[in-house]
Amino acid sequence: MIKVRIPTPLRPLTKGQGEVETKAGSVVEMIEVLNSTHPGIKDRLCDETGELRRFVNIYVNEEDIRFLKGKDTSLKDGDEVSIVPAIAGG
Amino acid sequence: MEFTEEQINRYSRHILLPEVGGKGQKKIAKSRILLVGAGGLGSPAALYLAAAGVGTIGLIDSDVVDLTNLQRQILHHTPDVGRPKVLSGKEKIQALNPDVSVSMYEERLTAGNAIKIFGDYDVVIDGVDNFTAKFLINDACFFAGKSLVHGGILRFDGRVTTIIPKQSACYRCVFKTPPPSGLVASCQEAGVIGVLAGIIGTIQATEALKLVLGIGRPLTDRLLDFDARKTQFREIKVRRNPNCALCGEHPTITELFDDGDPYAGCDMRPSA
Repeated sequence: MIKVRIPTPLRPLTKGQGEVETKAGSVVEMIEVLNSTHPGIKDRLCDETGELRRFVNIYVNEEDIRFLKGKDTSLKDGDEVSIVPAIAGG
Repeated sequence: MEFTEEQINRYSRHILLPEVGGKGQKKIAKSRILLVGAGGLGSPAALYLAAAGVGTIGLIDSDVVDLTNLQRQILHHTPDVGRPKVLSGKEKIQALNPDVSVSMYEERLTAGNAIKIFGDYDVVIDGVDNFTAKFLINDACFFAGKSLVHGGILRFDGRVTTIIPKQSACYRCVFKTPPPSGLVASCQEAGVIGVLAGIIGTIQATEALKLVLGIGRPLTDRLLDFDARKTQFREIKVRRNPNCALCGEHPTITELFDDGDPYAGCDMRPSA
């Protein structure tokens, strides 16, 4: 299983859960699987063309996927994925 | 400069530290630190930096104190409601430590005034409440060549990172642009647990003092994420982005600019 940390702004889509577990072989597959169990999550993460939105960052085991293989970064059992949006409050 | 006997007493717990000593305390006394925003994050940072004996603290804030601020903005007290935050802040800082000189800027930060103001300081602390200003501060620090300690708080989540322009990942390397309105959770509904401002703001002050003293390892290329519900800190590695529009190999941002809606895509309106 892959553990996915859900940031506060997306928790309304996960019934308030801060972590969900899922099975997926890559980040792009994980987004599809999450969207089937938590509809709407893909729209929040990806734009109309399916690319990740510019202000959304995804980390696999604390490493930015931009420096791995982007959304094609592979996932394996036990990986931890974090979705990290910017926070504006001060 | 020489310290008086009273000052040696006041700062004795610093002077006792081998990493600080009399020499380090003099560096602190000569330092100039700018707080952009005298609100949630700026309040604890201002008080600890004042206590530490920072030579000059700059405060930029165009707001007056609102009753809803007092739940977390500990620089301001109940009788300050309706008064300019910079004035209220200056009074508290100088009551705590008359050694500190305070420069007040009762204005909004803009592309027009940012670089000139930043130029007078050694370190800038981001304590603003909206994305547009956070990006503007990042960009202005890059052009002015000033170290920046970024912070953000929302609900039970806090973030902090240190940015040394051209050496470490900048805010745009990580987040690129402010999110468009409507895509991020509504600001007014969001809320924030007040004490979180104290946790993140004091980490920002710690980072600023380390930079002034030139000690330790700065929080660069690391985004420290704090979850108050779990009392858990997590460190996320960030890196300079070669495609960064500001500090990348082929920058497209070559001068400061003002964004339209100051609260575009923000997670929290002022006083929310």
